[in-house]
Formats: sequence, C-alpha cells, structure tokens
Amino acid sequence: MTTALPRTDVAPVASAKRRRRAPGWLAVLPLLVFTAVAFGLPALAILDGAFTTKDATTGATSYTGANMTASLHGAYLTALLGSVKLSAISAVLGALFGLPLAQAVASSRSRALREAVLTASGVLANFGGVPLAFAFVATLGNAGVLTLHLGLKDSGWDLYSFWGLVLVYLYFLIPLMVLTITPALDGLRVQWREAALNNGATGTQYWRHVALPVLAPSLLGGFVLLFGSAFAAYATAAAMVGSAVPLVTLQIADALSGNVLVGQENVALALSLDMVLVAGLVMAVYLPLQRRSARWLDA
Amino acid sequence: MARRLTPWRWAVLGLAALYFLVPLAASVIFTVDDPGGISFDAYTKILSTGGFVSSLLLSLELAVATIVVVLLLMVPAVVALRLGAPRLRPVVEVVCSLPLVVPPIAFVAGIVTVLKWGPDHLSRTPLFQTFVAIQNPNFPVVLVLAYVVMALPFVYRALDAGLRAIDVRTLVEAARSCGASWPKALLRAVLPNLRGALLNASFLTLALVLGEFTVAQLLGYQPFAVWIYNVGSDQAQMSVAVSVLSLLVTWALLLALAGVGGGRNRTAPSRG
Repeated sequence: MTTALPRTDVAPVASAKRRRRAPGWLAVLPLLVFTAVAFGLPALAILDGAFTTKDATTGATSYTGANMTASLHGAYLTALLGSVKLSAISAVLGALFGLPLAQAVASSRSRALREAVLTASGVLANFGGVPLAFAFVATLGNAGVLTLHLGLKDSGWDLYSFWGLVLVYLYFLIPLMVLTITPALDGLRVQWREAALNNGATGTQYWRHVALPVLAPSLLGGFVLLFGSAFAAYATAAAMVGSAVPLVTLQIADALSGNVLVGQENVALALSLDMVLVAGLVMAVYLPLQRRSARWLDA
Repeated sequence: MARRLTPWRWAVLGLAALYFLVPLAASVIFTVDDPGGISFDAYTKILSTGGFVSSLLLSLELAVATIVVVLLLMVPAVVALRLGAPRLRPVVEVVCSLPLVVPPIAFVAGIVTVLKWGPDHLSRTPLFQTFVAIQNPNFPVVLVLAYVVMALPFVYRALDAGLRAIDVRTLVEAARSCGASWPKALLRAVLPNLRGALLNASFLTLALVLGEFTVAQLLGYQPFAVWIYNVGSDQAQMSVAVSVLSLLVTWALLLALAGVGGGRNRTAPSRG
C-alpha cells in the first residue's frame, strides 16, 4: 500500500523539473509499478485478510479484530513468544560469539586469514535453510555421527529441541555478526587506543570507555539484524523439528497448508501481520543505528 | 599490542573452526558411512534419482529469470537516481527496504491469498487467464515475481555500492560529447564500469533463488531446496550428500566472485 503512494506524489514534481532532458523518473517507474503489484498486492491481502472474518453459515464477510485477537491467544501466542524467545537468545549468543571472532580477524595482520574468514562468513551466512538442517541432523541428530560416537543420547542430548535450534541458528548468525561488525572494528583507529594508553588507561579501560561506546550502535544494530534473521527463519526449523518447538513461522505454514480448522486461514494472515509488525520494529531500530555507526566509520 | 593478544586470538579462531568445520566433516562421514566400510553410493545415486535434474533445472531457470528481471528493473532505476532524479532516492530506498520488513513466510501468506482471488472473484474476467498462466507448474512465473521482490534489498545495496565508486555523470557526459547516443552511453560506458556490482548482485540473487524454500514449498512447487527436503524423508544419506555438494557449489561461486569483482558486499539474503 505504501508502495503505490509515493509514485503519484513524486512523479509530477520530478517531471516538472526535468521536462527537457530524458526524464529520470521514467527509468524508476517500472520498478515502482512492479513492486506495487508484486509486493503491494500481497501486502494488501495480508492487511485485508487479517481484519476480515467470514461467517461460516451465510458466507458474508465483515471487518473485525477477531483474527488479531485470536492470533494473540492460546497456541498462537505461545508460538509467537517462542519465536521471540528463540530469536532473542540466538541473537544475543550470536553477537557474543561473533564479536571476539571478528576482533580476532580485524586485529590480525594476516591478509590471508582475514580474507578466508570473511569469505567463509559470506558463504556460511548464506548457508541456511534445508541443507543446514540436514547437516546438523547428520552430525547431532538421533543417528548423527557425533551422537553415536560420543554417546550423547545417554546424556540426554536432543537436537530437535529449543536449544538444538539455537545451536543450529548460530551456524548462520555468527557469520552474519562477523560480516556486520568487522567494518566497525576496522573503524576503531589505532590512534584512539594509543591516546588512551598514553593517558594511562589500561587495556580494559580502553575497551570500557572508548571502544565499546563507539561500537555500541554497531553492536546493537548487529543484534537487531540477527534477531530479525532468526525471527524470519522457517526452512531450517521446518526441516529439523517439524512442530516439536512452537514457532510462529511453523504455525503460519500449518494454517496455510490447511492443517488446522477451516476458517483459520485468516488467522494465518493475522499472525503474518504480527510478524510484519515485529520485523518492522526491528528495522525501525536497525536503520537509525546503522546510520549512527556509519558516522564514526566514515569520519 | 597485537603480539600480546596472539594466544587469545588463536583460541578464538580454533574454537570457531571447530564449531564450523565439525558439522561439515560429520556430514561427509555420514554420507560415506556404510555397514561394510566406506561407500560413495549416496553421491553416485544422486543423478539417477527422480526429480534431481528437473528440480535443479527449474531452480536454475528461475534464478536466470529472476536475475534478468531484477537487473532490468534496478539498473535503469539506480543509474537514473544518479543522473536525473536524485529526488526519487528516498522513494527507491524505501521501496527496496520494504521486503526486509515482510518475512518470506508472511509474504507467501499474502501471495496465497491473492492467488485465491483468481478463482473466487475473477473467474469471469480475462485477468483469470493471467492468474492461471503465472501459476504454470512448468515455469511458475509467480515464483519469479516473489524472488525479484525478495532480491530487491540486496541488489539495490550491491548496485548502489558499485555506482558510488564511479562518477556516472562524468562518464555519461564524456560519452555523450564523443557522440554516443543515450542508450549507447549507458551500455558502453556505464555498464562495463559496473561489472563488479552487476556480478555481485547476480550472485546474491542466484544464492537466494537456489536456496529458497519457504515460498516455493508453500505454493506447492518443487525447485531444488524443496526437492532436498522431500528426498530427506526417505533417503537421509543422499539428502545430506546433496546438502554438502550445494555448500561446495556456493563456496566455489563466491570464491569466483571474490576473484572477479572484489567481492565487497557479502551481506546475506534472508534464508527463509
């Protein structure tokens, strides 16, 4: 819906300014029309469906908040909270483990190591979905190589659980953190450290009072990005745990595949809207943070 | 200073290597492990398994179509932002960030609903034929539409970074004053300078489409990722073998890209 509005607002202004030369907005127009159709229509459908209920007997539709209310109760609420909890924990751990790894790379003088780790991070951050789930099932699943050789089963290990999912998610979240935070670490100038040390600060004090405050926006931005990434993930969880762990993405997929009561399709749309709201919140936090950290890095 | 940190750094790198390499190594062991010793059956059987070739071909076709469409839409737009319509920059930026706000699963829920409008409301109009055509199982155009939308943020970022490195206006003016027409100036002067960014954008889109599972599965199509998932239920070894191979292919592609284009923008597309 928002995609369609700017086109009508801005186009006349631009055309008035650029009447004589090849009008620039003409080149942008196909993109705007395309997104208005391919993105705008589904977005409208979510919004419309989330607030529509169909009367089972008469078939008449009406606008209500019933779906949204339903999506925030019972099993749906459990799934939503489960997703938030899983994403938050994985994102915190991903940020905590990603930072030292990125620092080890950024402070290294070896160009080869740096290139290797960054390239590997690029690949692994993309290595999500079904293949990742299967790789972990082969490693730590019930018949996994490590499970059998180390006898993990007797010690109560279960990959198809909440913490199993966290372990798997970290496999693409840590590389994502490394990619996000390395430019910020590169922006920490040696002079700042030298200045701090010359003034009598210890290494810890330097990190506490100089480096971390400068890094804070990037760190928080990285955390938020990781959260959004984990929150939206569906394929890994679907291939690994089925529905053993309640997650909002799995609930939506269930409802869409007709695995639940008839008439619940619109609850799936309401859940989708919940997800969009959370993801929107994530972006609203992330973008200003990114701009803030860019100020330090470009200076 | 760096010298004093060395043991600490090796510990961190070692732990990371352990965490990231063990699942890969274990996966390879898993695929060749056989009661009678070592067997490469899981790999040799892949080609002859039903659906492998057709699903891989479908994924590649979808990837090519998505790359062509997204570049045709984005390249003129981002070049125009530099040349003639800088005021539209915020609009394009917002449009290209919106897909990040709608997770793939929510996006596909919206698409399913829109596709239902076809039989429900439009069955007597010519639009209905369009709805049928874009859902053709041999080549589902609706997936291309969805993937183009999902690729927009990454393609925009890659192209914008590429354009920032060159002075488009000067290039075009130089070409124009040497007598080149507008299309020729763009094709012969601007695009060659954008080669790295174009490759980058294409790779990110390729990786996105090859790995995409959510939208395709819920719309009922079977490209590569969905095929791996379906095979996994009864042929565990082979599905892991294909997963390992797909990682190796992605790695090779990215290394090739890093060699050709400098590989600057590595941010991952969402994995659905």
